[in-house]
Amino acid sequence: MTRFLPFILRNALRSKRRTILTVLSIVVSMFLFCTMRTVLTSFDQSLEMADAARLVTRNRTSLTVFLPLAYKGRLAQIPGVSAVSFGTWFGGIYIDERHFFSQFAVDPDGYLEMYSEYLLTPQEKEAFRRERTACIVGEKLAAKYGFKIGDRIPLKGTIFPGNWDLTVRGIARARTANLDTNFLLFSWEYINQRLGNFGQVGWYVVKLADPNRAGDLSRTIDATFANSAAETKTETEKAFQLGFITMLGNIRAVIYAVGTAIVIAIMLVSMNTMMMAARERTREVAILKAVGFTDRTILVLVLTESLLISLTGGILGTVLARVVYDVSGFTGGGFFPTFVVTGGTMGQATGIAVVMGLLSGAIPAWNASRLKVVDALRHVG
Amino acid sequence: MAIPLQYNLRNLLVRRTATLMTAGGIALVVAILVLTLALASGFRQALVVTGSPDNVIITRSGSNSEVLSGMNRETARIIESMPEVARLANGQAFAAAEIVVVTNLPRRNDPVGSSNVTVRGADARALLLRPMVRLVAGRLYHLGVPEVIVGRPLSQRFAGCGLGETVRFGSREWKVVGVFEADGSGFESEIWGDGEILGPAFNRVGYSSLTLRLADPSSGLESLVKRVEADPRLHIDARHEDDYYRAQSEMLANVIRALGFFLVAIMAVGAVFGALNTMYAAVGARAKEIGTMLALGFRPQSILLSFLIESVLLCLVGGVLGCLLALPIHGVTTGTTNWSSFSEVAFKFRITPGILLTGLLASIVLGIIGGYFPARNAARRTVAEALRES
Amino acid sequence: MTGPIIRLEGVTKVYRRGSVDVPVLQRLDLEVARGEFLALMGPSGSGKSTILNLVSGIDTPTDGRVIVAGIDLGDLDASALAEFRSRHIGFIFQSYNLIPVLTAYQNVELPLLLTDLTRKERREHVLAAMAVVALTDRLDHYPRQLSGGQEQRVAIARAIVTDPTLFVADEPTGDLDAQSATEVLHLLQRLHTEFGKSIVMVTHDPHAAERADRILHLEKGVLVESVERKRP
Repeated sequence: MTRFLPFILRNALRSKRRTILTVLSIVVSMFLFCTMRTVLTSFDQSLEMADAARLVTRNRTSLTVFLPLAYKGRLAQIPGVSAVSFGTWFGGIYIDERHFFSQFAVDPDGYLEMYSEYLLTPQEKEAFRRERTACIVGEKLAAKYGFKIGDRIPLKGTIFPGNWDLTVRGIARARTANLDTNFLLFSWEYINQRLGNFGQVGWYVVKLADPNRAGDLSRTIDATFANSAAETKTETEKAFQLGFITMLGNIRAVIYAVGTAIVIAIMLVSMNTMMMAARERTREVAILKAVGFTDRTILVLVLTESLLISLTGGILGTVLARVVYDVSGFTGGGFFPTFVVTGGTMGQATGIAVVMGLLSGAIPAWNASRLKVVDALRHVG
Repeated sequence: MAIPLQYNLRNLLVRRTATLMTAGGIALVVAILVLTLALASGFRQALVVTGSPDNVIITRSGSNSEVLSGMNRETARIIESMPEVARLANGQAFAAAEIVVVTNLPRRNDPVGSSNVTVRGADARALLLRPMVRLVAGRLYHLGVPEVIVGRPLSQRFAGCGLGETVRFGSREWKVVGVFEADGSGFESEIWGDGEILGPAFNRVGYSSLTLRLADPSSGLESLVKRVEADPRLHIDARHEDDYYRAQSEMLANVIRALGFFLVAIMAVGAVFGALNTMYAAVGARAKEIGTMLALGFRPQSILLSFLIESVLLCLVGGVLGCLLALPIHGVTTGTTNWSSFSEVAFKFRITPGILLTGLLASIVLGIIGGYFPARNAARRTVAEALRES
Repeated sequence: MTGPIIRLEGVTKVYRRGSVDVPVLQRLDLEVARGEFLALMGPSGSGKSTILNLVSGIDTPTDGRVIVAGIDLGDLDASALAEFRSRHIGFIFQSYNLIPVLTAYQNVELPLLLTDLTRKERREHVLAAMAVVALTDRLDHYPRQLSGGQEQRVAIARAIVTDPTLFVADEPTGDLDAQSATEVLHLLQRLHTEFGKSIVMVTHDPHAAERADRILHLEKGVLVESVERKRP
């Protein structure tokens, strides 16, 4: 087989422009395919990051309804709970609606300890605890807006009316690369005091002594507050985050549908190319046969050529996707914590390229192998 | 004088395999484009028809959504007494102060899925303000009892929300006594009940928002805003109801459209390469015909135009196919969370003539791009050169 | 108008093949009288097809002047050359060069699309031309439904439909069997005798050449022999 390789290559490169266009269209489609699949894996990955030893307790009604601060002490007393902290979605506007990023007002004592996967110096933590208007920004957010320690960040409240002036006192770095750092944290005490002993929080984060008891403890917590003014819903951090994703509707189905459309569209393109190439070569195939090439060899030759073109495009597109998203640091405007084309995605894309190559070569290869020499040599073309 | 159109049509027909495959690629691009636009348009439409320009919605200053807003009874009373507010026959203000809360409900047929739903504490005046809301099954809730009516798509999508069923939220159970429709607007994704019971159930005192009918729709808002600004007790925003809902739809509709265009743009690049291939092959196979026509005295521009037209026709076939492919999705109900109100909105894919036209235009543009270089290639040949090729 | 239909003055044509210059015609002088039927003969590469291309305005000389129907082709730009061809030249090719996707009628009508004629006038012209080649019963046939001889007759109809000043025929019988060739040559001769048309024909077939008034033999771009044939 290898001795035919130069011949196959020569054939593939005969119409350079056509081969290049076909390869490029496969590059583009595989790039897109990798992008779409990475959307899914990034979702999943953000869930993986959730700590199994942490539960989130929120108001049973919905996240937009608060829980009383008094629950903190009651949660801490439940056996099996090792730490309790809390946070509130702030949802303020920085400059205007287009400059959206997550802002949380959090428990100044304990929240930073709860999320030890984000690194801060003791001085930074101390400043956050002491200063009412201190805030901490994640390193990605800091890089995006050029925030430095000491910078002032004015926010316009939507849930909590008024203008809120924060000062950057720390920049949180991620312990591992796939953690999201597009966020801003400031002290919940700022809200509490400004609203005259507000005394309510958005949700509690509960750390478990034993992660295996997550289900058990969730039920215990919700039972504790059942039939009270503010019933709770407790779930693992992972389930909590999954909830946000399912709220978007059936994203998975959309992505699969579009992904399929892309693959079919490009399959048509490359199939068409292979058929055009084959049509123009009918006479040559006949000559090869006349000099003694077997039907089988012809079949393999045409298939290999199409496989080669498709695989070249597939690999280039996949690698391109990987490199582009790695180098650009794309996060969908902070929507994804990380956006890394995984090995699994690359493998799948390459696999699709192989299938595409075989399928698009199949018809012309079959036709070429079935070709009758006499007919073909009469063929004008 | 141009080369006859029939020349191009016949050529496309003769090479029908290549034509169909290339058009097929274009068709999928156009179909995805149409679907995305239909999704954005459906979502937007659902919210836009929710608001009426004659109504004004009052929310707390700075809060962009009813759900985040709050006002005390005193504020509501002051506004209701303003002269810009229309009056009902009995002299009451034509206005409704409402409690709007978001609650998390489990989906029907999906044990782990849940989503947020807007619950509105509405009174009789709320129905008068929104004449498009009408019961299609059951009856209206009675005041003072835990009964609710639900929008029709919502009753199908969420557990316990069917007529006669019982749904639990706000620490108590509610009987679903009626199902309503509202011309496909956002209200169809809401649960309505008596505000006087819903408020306590959610520990809410006061109201979320106030909606009022203007006595004079044309200039009423302006003078209302002036009056509000002059009153130091009031810290509120007043907007036309339709503007309010349009603004709510803006962000998500724009995100859907932006993502759609990104996808379609990249897909289109791949499909254009396909069109380029087909047209280069067409030019290559017809070198001698091109030479003949040049020899007969046709200008190179006519040749260029002819191949360009052929490419556009080819892609237009794809455009039409793509539109046909996408058409069945029209009217299919789907839902997504509207991040402005934190709750799910059910809406229908909406394919408008404008969207179909956009799809066709896109295919024409692809045809021009995919045809230009091969066509120029064809037109640039010298006659003698083109005639020599066989 | 009087004077020769074609005048070549010191025409030189050099082709570049890669980095090598290949001279095809060398300082050629030639005159063809109005109404003359000229045959060009010679081995391949002798420059006979080049002469045809030059006089029909689809190629330009490296040096010298080409004057056809009193027009110096060197003065014309590409666009003017295209118009010149559509008005003055009727082409007949060896392999007919009909457009395969158009019917016989549409093929013949094609050059008329470059004129101001109305649809009705075009139809009259096409029918007249098809009558000359005796193919009025094949108007709606596509080229592949015709025999080689019929195809060439359609091509001749396409050439005469604009009533051009000069016919150029490049091996018009090269692809035809003996009987079809005779028919085609007979047609050309009729154009010459009945309609008084000027014809320049390249051929390697002596029988074909015999129909001409004058036969020129070329070799390596130079005229080597000129035979005047006086018709009986």
